[in-house]
Amino acid sequence: MTRRTRLGTFVAAGAALAVLFVWALTGLHAFGDFQGEYGRILNRTAGSQRHVTNVVAAIVFDYRGFDTLGEESILFAAVIGIALLLREARDEGERRIDVVRSDFIRAVGLFAVGPTVLVGLYVIAHGYLTPGGAFQGGVATASGLVLLYAAGRYRAYRAASPKAMVDLVEGTGIGTYTALGVASLAVGSAYLANVVDLGTKGTLASGGTIPILNAASALAVIAAVVLICHEFLEELMTPA
Amino acid sequence: MSFLPYALAAWLFFVGLYGVVTSRHLVHLVVCLGVMQSSSYVLLLAIGYRTGKKAPIFTSGVPVKLGAVDPVVQALTLTDVVVSVTATALILALVVEIWKRSGKLDPDSLRKKET
Amino acid sequence: MNVLVPLAVAVPLLGAAALASLGHVSPARVDDVVAAAIALAVTVFCVILIFQSSHGTIHYWFGGWQPRNGIAIGISFSVDPLGAGIAALIGALMTAALVQSIDYFEEEVPPHFFVLMLVFLAAMVGFAFSSDLFNMFVFFELMSTAAFALTGYRIEHRSVLQGAINFAVVNGIGAFMLLVGIALVYGRTGALNLAQIGQVLSRHGPDGLVVVAFALIVVGLLTKAGAVPFHFWLSDAYAVAPAPVCILFAGVMSDLGLHGVARVYWESFSGVLGGHADGVRAVLIGIGVLTALLGALMAFLQSALKRMLAFVVISHVGVFLAAIGLLTARGLAGATLYVVADGLVKGALFCAVGHLARRVGHTDELIAHGRGRSLPITGSILAVGALGLAAVPPLGTFVSYALVDDAAGRLGDRWLPPVLALATAVTGAAVLRAVGRIFLGLGPDEDDLLVSVPRGEEEDEGERNAPRRGFLLWGPAVALLAAGLGLAFAPGLADHAIGHAERFVDRPQVARETLHGATSAPTPPAHEHVGTSSYALGGASALLAVGLAWVGLYRRRIPRKIRAALDATFGGVVLRLRLLHDGVVGEYVTWLTVGAAAITGLLALLTR
Repeated sequence: MTRRTRLGTFVAAGAALAVLFVWALTGLHAFGDFQGEYGRILNRTAGSQRHVTNVVAAIVFDYRGFDTLGEESILFAAVIGIALLLREARDEGERRIDVVRSDFIRAVGLFAVGPTVLVGLYVIAHGYLTPGGAFQGGVATASGLVLLYAAGRYRAYRAASPKAMVDLVEGTGIGTYTALGVASLAVGSAYLANVVDLGTKGTLASGGTIPILNAASALAVIAAVVLICHEFLEELMTPA
Repeated sequence: MSFLPYALAAWLFFVGLYGVVTSRHLVHLVVCLGVMQSSSYVLLLAIGYRTGKKAPIFTSGVPVKLGAVDPVVQALTLTDVVVSVTATALILALVVEIWKRSGKLDPDSLRKKET
Repeated sequence: MNVLVPLAVAVPLLGAAALASLGHVSPARVDDVVAAAIALAVTVFCVILIFQSSHGTIHYWFGGWQPRNGIAIGISFSVDPLGAGIAALIGALMTAALVQSIDYFEEEVPPHFFVLMLVFLAAMVGFAFSSDLFNMFVFFELMSTAAFALTGYRIEHRSVLQGAINFAVVNGIGAFMLLVGIALVYGRTGALNLAQIGQVLSRHGPDGLVVVAFALIVVGLLTKAGAVPFHFWLSDAYAVAPAPVCILFAGVMSDLGLHGVARVYWESFSGVLGGHADGVRAVLIGIGVLTALLGALMAFLQSALKRMLAFVVISHVGVFLAAIGLLTARGLAGATLYVVADGLVKGALFCAVGHLARRVGHTDELIAHGRGRSLPITGSILAVGALGLAAVPPLGTFVSYALVDDAAGRLGDRWLPPVLALATAVTGAAVLRAVGRIFLGLGPDEDDLLVSVPRGEEEDEGERNAPRRGFLLWGPAVALLAAGLGLAFAPGLADHAIGHAERFVDRPQVARETLHGATSAPTPPAHEHVGTSSYALGGASALLAVGLAWVGLYRRRIPRKIRAALDATFGGVVLRLRLLHDGVVGEYVTWLTVGAAAITGLLALLTR
């Protein structure tokens, strides 16, 4: 097909599909008037059933915790996949220039690493109490680590996150999550059932297995982001 | 106002799809995939919205009776974002490999040579 | 609480996590054996589940969240013998693939490969069991992620890169369509559990939203399955992935997309669309037949074995889709049995191709002409497998075909079985022709009708050292083939399949069991008798396969006038078809859009 034929075919098919799609959308409820029972029930009962105040976190790590296991696995598979795809032997010698020359950027950037990591950890830790959680906080924390590269030098970044350790952390993150589910099985309950004491609502010690799963996911997310950046940087730092 | 969010989702969907079909640069193609993915976030969140209600976070002092927007779509969107990010990362790894080996980033240049 | 259900997914994931953390310290062969052992364990779990679930579908609620007042709060897996059968197939194919991997690769395989294979295993099993719409999406994406990375294993080759990226982009868009469909369904029903969605939807008739949502979900699943016109990525990707990975792709990954369509239709949409079943039937059977025939034709036009087998997979996906599209219990039973038997056969074929690649260095029938003479076992596997593809009686694939034939007959669609038999015959013929060329040295080693991979592009290329333990490469193939064809001799298999299918399609009863904890009714007894017309069609298909293979080999001997006439009629079409499969992702996505618009539009028209 030539590009013109392709464009013509696509515009025709796309227009037809668009009309059908919009027609379907008109069948939806009016915006702002959602009636779904599932969400309503969870809003009403999650607090008392699980002693957490962030209902979304309760859904992600408890009611639909199995979905999150799948999602962690996707993250895990992607990291391993990228490592597999970009795996050829790389020459350790030459490197591109990897040091930021401007003192001002270095000062501001490196100064920001600490607070960024701290804020990230805070968001993770309080994920089931206030907005936040493993994913949001995990990415923030990991970006603090990547800041070491952006504002400093590549070698410092690599030293702060040695590959073998990060691999181990990634494997541990997902391993813990999966194993916790098996532990619930061992206690005679269903897989990933919340079998730990639920604690007091509104404090850090609440939610039973939710904080544990939250922490495990956070570990996996941080390790994953750091590893992905690591792989790409290795790839692009080495002259072709 | 009431149909606009849904219309926005549809618009993003088709703009992204158009971008993928006509793209001349692999990184641009990946970004267009990202636009399509944003369309799904907008659709999900728009579906779960309830006028006048707040976020489904009931920290001390906020009575549960007040109700909130649908929390399930938020959990779904969270999962969706993670899934999209990982797919993007993988495709970008492939793009980096293509660039390294052939120096070309035009999707059309990947056309097969037939005997 | 049946612990085997979650363990079937959790054990491979734990194994993957362990291999990721510790795999570097042990040699690749140890990692491989550990992974193979895990896969074998999962296979055993699933076989046990087949028997445990034959008295009543097992509903497993994760996190202990049982439904309240008929509303599903958590995520569930529904394990019935049909689904467990497919899961057992997945386990068996993965075990075979990992056993072959022990000696297939010459280089030291990084542990990442085995990690991804185990994650892939968990994802496929999870998808087969899941009865929550969003959970199905999550496992669908997990399957895809692991699959892209595994496809790109031999990243040094241009064709591999192209195959992997087309796979990733097209599959990604398909996944996205699936997600939009799910969002629409959630918007209408406020539910994600398949049975509950079915309950809410069946209270009213179908409207635009319901039909479009169903269409988008089907498009997403059919993209993974590789139905026409969503199939272009499949022939590129399956041709370049390493042989052990192809065993899984061809044997079961595509068919899982169809299993998804069946589950979603029967549990969620059969109530609301049931009154318009004829319209849905027409669309599904239509796509199925188109896919079956196009796939078969393209398969016959390939000289590279892996690409040929990729088109064989596409063609058979069409056959299964047509069977499911009959929308009856018998059709579903036949389709599931066929998926299992044919999956084992296709797995065996790819396994044998892997052995051929390792010993001869080429899998293109023109280049490897006559070089397979020293590999009689591999050649026999391919030849018998080819006949299995053509559903020759009385073997396993034939029994399934006969069931589909019967199902179609009861609906009055008497034209369908011969068309499907034609497609399977052509696919069998293509493989037989290749066997003739490679293992018996028959026919010329040049044929301008066939599409070839240019020299230097084939990723399995080059002379290699003979593997130390050759039986690890062809042994699994023999086992798979024996299992697939031997299914014919399992007593009462067809009867049981029909009985379980009858339970599967009874939507209201399934909803009662899932959401209200009702106990299962006993399986209705069934008795299946293979009709003479089925034997006739099966036999004809096998004979046609042999005949067409002969024609393929000795085309030049056909009188010139006839050849010229055939060329004039079909030449243009064949050329255009070949040019369409040219690897440009923008075109593939355009065809996806065309397919999506067509399916959605037709469904909308036919369900008014």
